[in-house]
Amino acid sequence: MSRLSDAFPRGRTGLVCYAMGGDPTLAATEELLRAIDGEGADVIEIGLPFSDPIADGPTLQAAATRALRGGATLGRLLEIVERLKLRAPVVAMGYMNPVECMGNQAFARALGQAGVSGAIIPDLPLEEAAPLRADLAGAGIDLVPLIAPTTGPERAAAIARQARGFLYYVSVTGVTGARIELPADLAARLRELRALSPVPVAVGFGISRPEQAAALRGLADGVVVGSALVAAHHQGGVPAAAELVRGLRAALR
Amino acid sequence: MKRVLPLFTSEPGEFPDARGRFGAYGGRFVPETLIPALDDLESAWRAARADAAYREELSALLQDYAGRPTPLSDAPRLAQVLGVRARLLLKREDLLHTGAHKLNNTLGQALLARRMGKKRVIAETGAGQHGVATATVCALLGLECVVYMGVEDVERQAPNVSRMGLLGAEVRPVEAGSRTLKDAMNEAIRDWVTNVRTTYYCIGSAAGPHPYPLLVRELQSIIGEEIAAQCAERLGRAPDAVVACVGGGSNAIGAFHRFVPDRRVRLFGVEAAGLGLDSGKHGASLSRGRPGVLHGSRSYLLQTEDGQVVEAHSISAGLDYPGVGPELSHLRDARRLEVLAATDAEALEGFRALARSEGILCALESAHAIAALPKLPAEVRDAANAAVVVNLSGRGDKDLATILKALGSAR
Repeated sequence: MSRLSDAFPRGRTGLVCYAMGGDPTLAATEELLRAIDGEGADVIEIGLPFSDPIADGPTLQAAATRALRGGATLGRLLEIVERLKLRAPVVAMGYMNPVECMGNQAFARALGQAGVSGAIIPDLPLEEAAPLRADLAGAGIDLVPLIAPTTGPERAAAIARQARGFLYYVSVTGVTGARIELPADLAARLRELRALSPVPVAVGFGISRPEQAAALRGLADGVVVGSALVAAHHQGGVPAAAELVRGLRAALR
Repeated sequence: MKRVLPLFTSEPGEFPDARGRFGAYGGRFVPETLIPALDDLESAWRAARADAAYREELSALLQDYAGRPTPLSDAPRLAQVLGVRARLLLKREDLLHTGAHKLNNTLGQALLARRMGKKRVIAETGAGQHGVATATVCALLGLECVVYMGVEDVERQAPNVSRMGLLGAEVRPVEAGSRTLKDAMNEAIRDWVTNVRTTYYCIGSAAGPHPYPLLVRELQSIIGEEIAAQCAERLGRAPDAVVACVGGGSNAIGAFHRFVPDRRVRLFGVEAAGLGLDSGKHGASLSRGRPGVLHGSRSYLLQTEDGQVVEAHSISAGLDYPGVGPELSHLRDARRLEVLAATDAEALEGFRALARSEGILCALESAHAIAALPKLPAEVRDAANAAVVVNLSGRGDKDLATILKALGSAR
């Protein structure tokens, strides 16, 4: 197990909160991360903005565009993480091109230096992941894999075997963003995955409201909320984001 | 009995390998949701290409519906105007139904979609030629069709937007990013991630995640097969060089692939130099990009030092793309492909030269290949006994407004 795995609480469903790094400015992100951490997020995901985020819906696309306009770079975002020394472990979520551009080993070293615990790369499936996974592991960082509703049982088992930190189950076939309803077979899929996964299983994509989080209580080790938090922060600033985190925390208790 | 065209004649060669790699390039860099669909697509394709019924149906459509084989036209007046002493031959993909080579690919993919039981087809388009070709085959086979197109391209390629609508396709304008082909492809991938169980994604370039670069190459290779047969008949030998424009590169790899093993045939890819290779406003990923990951595969890419993809620029919507197919990246590194570039202004000159000397209004994409002919190495260009084939990938109707505006009083 790792610091990241251990961050998922026993006996309750953990809360994973996402913030787009640098949206709309680096200073705003610093304030937001501190607030989310203070409200008791169990894990914090920081989005590394990319020009062409194919796994993201309109909310996170717009946030990435604002962040890039605001001058966000990987180096500057990691400086913030290093300086804040958050209570919750931090996971960097970004796309493969900026990682490769920096170099896998340099990326791993930079994350390690900043005290980041894990990385999620949504466009890096199992077949392509081995080199980066090894470089990250060398720096003590977990590569968190994703499993989708379309992933068959054998493939899910193969992905779970390589999972470090936690396993990210994508609740819906689609891109990130709020959904009105979650799929009917979600509970069954989560039960299967938790049975075969050596690490905690968190579920994300589409979860936006405390009621949806409450419905997943006990079914997953963690619930990831991304677009809804980014939207709350964009519309109502840090107070609105903090209020949503409080509501989600209460719903999972 | 009707002749069956030489489809999928290439031996399963060295590339791509089992992981969809062409040397260092290619692969599958897409969300997990799509991996099972790509596996299904790959096995469906392997079954289809081995099935005589599929091959015969595609062959019949390519001949009786699309108009294959396309002619190989001698262009002596163009050679004279451009100061080229070699014999110039134009492979007339502009004469294919819908006005470009794109139909070779969409016919094959739509038949595959039908075999796979998919009723909804999506596509991305830049110049609109792939969108029109997809809308056409969807009408032919009774499939629902949605085409993503950047807002900027919707404006500059208006005739093709109208065509797609008349063919019954829904064109969805994409507002994001540079509002061109790159963003249209992002949005098509997002649609596919969302509707993957019911939807077939018909990619128009020899790009994207494995198996698309293989699939599109195999369907476009008929161009090179015909060039080889026509040159054998006309010249008694293979051509000395084949020239094609390169955006994503489907017409180029289609024309080149047959000749890759024959090192006597030099292969020239012509990229969009836009306002100039040093202007930062171009689409020349092979000339000025670095390897990176975009739209599901590793290939040459125009990007910042932080790995953000930069906006391409070209007067030609079909070449206005910051990436390129992975096989062309591999051929470049292997020095099998020689890369040239033509600016917007040179492409317009090429367009005009072809129009006035041979009576052909070509697409702005293809005009880049024409414009590069004077830049061929002297030993090819100036050899009177050399034969150079230019793949004229499309016709220019869609570009008339852009061309008239750009040429202004010069017309």
